[in-house]
Amino acid sequence: MGYFWTIVVLVAVLALAWRFLGSYLAAVYEGRVTYLRFVERPLYRLLAVDPEAEQSWTRYAGALLVFSAVALLLSYLLIRIQGSLPFNPQHLGAVPPALSWNTAVSFVTNTNWQNYAGESTMSYFSQMAVLEVQQFVSAAVGIAVAVALIRGFARRGSSTIGNFWLDLVRGVLYVLVPIAFLAGVVFVGQGAVQTLGGPAVVHNALDGATQTIARGPAGFMEAIKQLGTNGGGFFNANGAHPFENPTGLTNLLSIALLLCIPVALTYTFGKLAGSVRQGVAVLAAMTIIFGAWLGVASFAESQPNPAVTATHAVAQPQGNMVGKEARFGPLSSSLYNVASTQTSTGSIDSANDSYTPMGGFALLTGMMLGEVTPGGVGSGLYTILLFAIITVFIGGLMIGRTPEYLGKKIQAREVKLAAFAVLVMPLVVLVLTAVATSVHAGRAGPLNAGPHGFSEILYAFTSQANNNGSAFAGLSGNTAFYNVTGGLAMLFGRFAIIVPTLALAGTLAAKEAVPAGLGTFRTDTPLFTGLLIGIIIIVGGLTFFPAVALGPIVEQLSHGRLF
Amino acid sequence: MAAPHPGDTAPDPTTTPTGDDTTARPHGVAKPRRLFDREILGPAVVEAFRKLHPKVQVRNPVMFVVLVGTVVTLVEAVAHPSVFTWSITVWLALTVLFANFAEAVAEGRGKAQAETLRRMRSETTARRLTGSGDEERVPAAELVRGDLVVCEAGDLVPSDGEIVEGIASVDESAITGESAPVIRESGGDRSAVTGGTRVLSDRIVVRITAERGQTFLDRMISLVEGADRQKTPNEVALTILLAALTLVFLPVVVALRPFGTFSGASVSVTVLVALLVCLIPTTIGALLSAIGIAGMDRLVQRNVLALSGRAVEAAGDVQTLLLDKTGTITLGNRMASTFAPVPGVDEAALAEAAQLASLADETPEGRSIVVLAKERFDLRERALGEDHVFVPFSATTRMSGLDVDGRQIRKGAAEAVRRWVLEQGGDVPDGLDELVDGFARAGSTPLVVADGPKVLGVIELKDVVKQGIRERFDQLRAVGIRTVMITGDNPLTAAAIAQEAGVDDYLAEATPETKMELIKAEQAGGKLVAMTGDGTNDAPALAQADVGVAMNSGTTAAKEAGNMVDLDSNPTKLIDIVEVGKQLLITRGALTTFSIANDVAKYFAIIPALFVSTYPQLGALNIMKLHSPQSAVLSAVIFNALVIVALIPLALRGVRFRPSSASAILRRNVLVYGVGGIIVPFVFIKLIDLVLTGTGVF
Repeated sequence: MGYFWTIVVLVAVLALAWRFLGSYLAAVYEGRVTYLRFVERPLYRLLAVDPEAEQSWTRYAGALLVFSAVALLLSYLLIRIQGSLPFNPQHLGAVPPALSWNTAVSFVTNTNWQNYAGESTMSYFSQMAVLEVQQFVSAAVGIAVAVALIRGFARRGSSTIGNFWLDLVRGVLYVLVPIAFLAGVVFVGQGAVQTLGGPAVVHNALDGATQTIARGPAGFMEAIKQLGTNGGGFFNANGAHPFENPTGLTNLLSIALLLCIPVALTYTFGKLAGSVRQGVAVLAAMTIIFGAWLGVASFAESQPNPAVTATHAVAQPQGNMVGKEARFGPLSSSLYNVASTQTSTGSIDSANDSYTPMGGFALLTGMMLGEVTPGGVGSGLYTILLFAIITVFIGGLMIGRTPEYLGKKIQAREVKLAAFAVLVMPLVVLVLTAVATSVHAGRAGPLNAGPHGFSEILYAFTSQANNNGSAFAGLSGNTAFYNVTGGLAMLFGRFAIIVPTLALAGTLAAKEAVPAGLGTFRTDTPLFTGLLIGIIIIVGGLTFFPAVALGPIVEQLSHGRLF
Repeated sequence: MAAPHPGDTAPDPTTTPTGDDTTARPHGVAKPRRLFDREILGPAVVEAFRKLHPKVQVRNPVMFVVLVGTVVTLVEAVAHPSVFTWSITVWLALTVLFANFAEAVAEGRGKAQAETLRRMRSETTARRLTGSGDEERVPAAELVRGDLVVCEAGDLVPSDGEIVEGIASVDESAITGESAPVIRESGGDRSAVTGGTRVLSDRIVVRITAERGQTFLDRMISLVEGADRQKTPNEVALTILLAALTLVFLPVVVALRPFGTFSGASVSVTVLVALLVCLIPTTIGALLSAIGIAGMDRLVQRNVLALSGRAVEAAGDVQTLLLDKTGTITLGNRMASTFAPVPGVDEAALAEAAQLASLADETPEGRSIVVLAKERFDLRERALGEDHVFVPFSATTRMSGLDVDGRQIRKGAAEAVRRWVLEQGGDVPDGLDELVDGFARAGSTPLVVADGPKVLGVIELKDVVKQGIRERFDQLRAVGIRTVMITGDNPLTAAAIAQEAGVDDYLAEATPETKMELIKAEQAGGKLVAMTGDGTNDAPALAQADVGVAMNSGTTAAKEAGNMVDLDSNPTKLIDIVEVGKQLLITRGALTTFSIANDVAKYFAIIPALFVSTYPQLGALNIMKLHSPQSAVLSAVIFNALVIVALIPLALRGVRFRPSSASAILRRNVLVYGVGGIIVPFVFIKLIDLVLTGTGVF
C-alpha cells in the first residue's frame, strides 16, 4: 500500500473514530453505558466508593493523587521483588532502585520512558501485572481529567466535577479494555508474540550456533501500548521489533490506535460542552500542526542523510534509510514516529537518533509544543484547552470584552491556572537540561559531542516532561542521575499540569454561563483555530528557540559535519 | 416654566439636549489638552525618576525584572567597563524610565485637572441655622451632616446637600462646565445641590449631606487624580499572564549559560540580561497602567466620572443597555405633528388659530406648533399688535392662549378647553371626543384649540425620535449589545416608538419595580446591564445594574447608587461609555499581542549574535544581516526601549474602535498588532543597526 493510500485509510478510520468513538465516550462518561454493570458495581464496593456521590475539584484531585501515589508505590515494590514473584521464566532479578523509581514513575505518568530493555530486565509478571496494568489505568486517569475539564465547561453553577473513581473505572472497563482486546487479537493474528513459554532457543545446525530469542506476552500489551498512548513496548526495539509490530497492517493499526482516542475526545468535548463545532475548531488546530510537522519529517527523511552523503560511501536513492526498517521505509516510518511523538505515545518503529537533523527537529519540536497535536489520551485535549483559554483571553481583550470560552468568563484565576499549567513543561525541560549540561553526571550521558549530544539530552527531558517516552537514543539514560532527574521531569510534567487543570475545571464549573451574542469572540471559527495554532507555536517557539538553535538547527546548518 | 399641555411634568432645562450632542467639544472639568502638553511633560520627566523607587517598581513585575537587570549590567559595566556594556546599561535604565514616564504622563493629565478643581474649592463661610432659627456664620469646614444652611443669591453652596426649603437658580458651571443656570427646588428629583456651585437667585435652605473631605468635589478630585486607583479585574488577569511570561523567560535565558558552556561558547551576563529584557513583555508591561489611567481620563474628557475602574471595564462587557425613552431616545419634548380639525372646520383655519395661540408661547411644544403651521400652510410668524394679551398656562386652567383683535384663542387639555367653551356659551362639536381619544390611544398628546366658543380641532403632539439614534443602535447591535427602551407610555405607544427608533425591545408602563425586575432577569441570564437614571426611585436599579450612570442633575441618592456620574446629564452618553470601556480592553489586548509578536525578530537578532563565534553556521539565522554581534544585541535593546515611547500616544489615546462584529474587530487587530508586531521590529532593528554601524563604534 502506497504512502498516499496509507494516509487515506488512516484519515477514514480516524474520521469514523472521531464521530462514533467520540459519541461513545460521551455516553460512557455521562453514565449512559451500563452493559458491564455487573463488573462495575462490585468494583465500587471494593473501592468503598458511592457511585452516586459527586466530588468537588479538590476531592477529585485528591483521589487522583492518592490513586497515582499508591500505583507508584506498588509498581516500585513489585518490580523490586520480581525475582520472588511468579511468571519469571528467565529468572530475572530485582530491578535496581534508581531504575525502578524511573520506571514506576514512567508508567504511572503514562510516559513509558524506558531506561531498560524489556526482554532482559522485566519478568513476565512485571510486564503484565505492573507495567501493562499501569498502561490501562494511567490512560484512564488522563481521560478522566479531560472529562472533568469538559464538565467544568458544560456545568453551570456546580460545585462538583464528577467522581474520579467512576471515571477511572468506566474508562478502563468500557473504553480501554474492549478496544485493546479486539486490537490485541489482530496483533496476535498478524504474528505478534503472545506466550508465557519463555525465550525460544534456536539451534542452527549449519554453523552450530545457538541463539536465544526473547518471547513473551507482547501482542496484547502492544494494543494497550498504542491505544493508551503509552508507548512502552515489551521489547527494547519497540515497534521496530517484528514480534511487536509484525506487518504493514499492524503498523497502520498502531498508528490508528494511538491517534483514535485523542482525536475522538475532541468530538466528546464539543458534544458535551457546547456544540460539535467547538470540538472541530480544536481538532482542526491539532490536525494542521500535525500535518505540517508530518510534512517536514516526511520530506526530511526522504532526503539523503547528510552525514552519509558526506562519506561518499553509498548512494541513498530511497532517502534516509539509516535506522529504519526496510519493510517500512522513510515515509511510513516518519508517519509512525511523528504520530507517536505528537500523541505522547513515544513508541517508535525507526531510530530517532538517526533521523536527519530536520527530521529529528520535527520529532523534538512536536513534543515541545506541549503534546497537544493531538497529544496523549486525555492529556492532549486538556492541554490544548489550556492553550485555548490563553488564546481566548488575548483574543477576547482584542475585541474589547472580558473574554469568555464556551460561555465561561476567563478571569484572573483562570488565567493564572492556565498560564501556570502551560508553562510547567518548558520550565521543567529547560531547568533539567541546564542542570544536565552543567554537571559531570549529566555531561557523561550523551554518546555524541556538540550539538547532537545536546539534542540527545534536550530530547530526553523534553520527552519525559511531556510524558511522551520516546527516546532519541544515543543517551546513556540508565544512570542514577538520569533515572532520578527523568523521574522528576515525568512527575512534574504530569501532575503539575493535572492539578491546576482540575482546579480550572472546578472554578469553571462553578461559574454561570454568559449567553453568546454578536459581540462574543467565537471559538468555533477558522479564525480561532488560526489564533490557537499561533499561540501554541509562539509559546513553544519562544520558550525553546534558543535551545533548539543549539541542537538540531546547528546540525542542519552544518550539512552533515559531525562534531 | 409654562407647560401648556396636561399630563406632562415640567421639563427640566438640564435634560433637554438638542439632538445628539455627545460629539460636542468636551467642556467642564476636562480642559481639552493635546496629548503631550508642556504643562504635563515637565513634571512627568521628574516623576519618571521618582518612580524608580523599588517600592513603586515591585508593583509591576515586568518592569521590576528590567530594573534588576539594569542593576546587574551596571555591576558588570563597572567591573568590566566597555562601550558595549555601558551602552546596554544605559538603554536598560532608559527602558525603565520610559515606562515610568508613560505612567507619569497619564497621571499628569488627571493631576492637572484635579488642580483646576482644587482652585475652585475656595474656602467659604456658611450661614448655619441654629436650633432657634437664627443664623450664625461658620467656616464651611465645620459643617457636619444634617446641618441646615441658608444660601441666597450670590452665595456659594458650602457643601453638598438637599434643598429642604425654597427654589433657586444655580450656576453649576464649576462642575459641569455648562454655563446656563439650572433650577433647584425642594422636594422631588431636583433637590440636590453640590458644594462649590453658586446660587444666582432666590433663597434656599439646604440640609448638608456630606462631610468636608467627602463632598462630590473632593471625590471628583481624588478620582481624576487617580489617588486610590486599584487594578481592575481584567488588569489583574493580564498582569498575571505577563508575570507568567516573564517568569518563563527567566529559565529560558538563564539556561543559555550552561547550554552555551556545553556547546563551548561563553555567554556574557550582559547579553543574557539584554536578551531577557527583550523577551519579557516590556512594551505592554510599561504601558499597562498608563492605558488604565488614560481610559478613566477619556471618560473625564467626556464629562463622565467613573467612581471605579471596575465600572469602566464592565462597560465594555455590557450586553444590555436600558435607555429611558425621554431625553435619550426621543427629544425631551413632544412636537406638534398633525392638525386635526373637527368636522366643518378648515385645517388651515385650525392651523392659523393654533399658530396665533402659540406665538407668545416659548416652550418647545409651543415653538413646534408655530413651526408646523409654517411647514404645512406657510404661515409666517406675525408681529402682534400692541393690544394682545398673552394668557399663560396655569395649573388650574390647564390652558394657554392669546387675546387679540377681540378673539380669544385657547389651547389646552381637552377637558379644560371643553369646560371653557361651555362657559363661553359654545357647544362641543360631535367628533371631538373621537379625535382626542384616537390620539391619546396612539400615545400622542392631544391639545384642543378653541376660538371663543367655537372648537376648531385638535393638535397632535408626538414624541420625536432623535436624529441619528437609529444608527447608534445599529452600531450597538453590531457589537452585540441589546438596547431596551424604558418608558412610562402604554404598550401601544411604546411599540410604535421602539419601532421607529430601532431598539431591540421595550419596557412599557415601566415602574421602578418593573425596571428592577428587568435588570435582575437580564443578569440572571448572565448578562451585564447598563442603565441611566436620575430620580431617587431609580436608585435601587442604578445600584443593581452593573453600570449605573447617574445624571448630575439627579438626586443625591441616585448619584450615590450609581457607579458613574454624567456631569452633562445626557443619557445618550451611555453609548460613549460602553465604547470607552471596550477601547480600554482592546488597547491592552493589542499591545500585549504586539509585545509578544516582537519577540520573534529579537530572537533572530540576538541568538545568532550569542553563538555565532562558536557555531559560525548560526550566522544563517542573522536574516537581518546585522553588522556585528554587539550591534545586533544593542539594536534590539534600543528598539525595545524606543518602542515604549513610540507607543505612549497609542496607549493614551486608545486603539481606534469602530463598532463592528467581534470577528471583524479581531481580524483587524490580529493583522495590525499581531502580524504587524512581527514585521515592524525587523525593520526598525535593522535601521538602528545601520545607525550604530554608522557611529563606527560597534
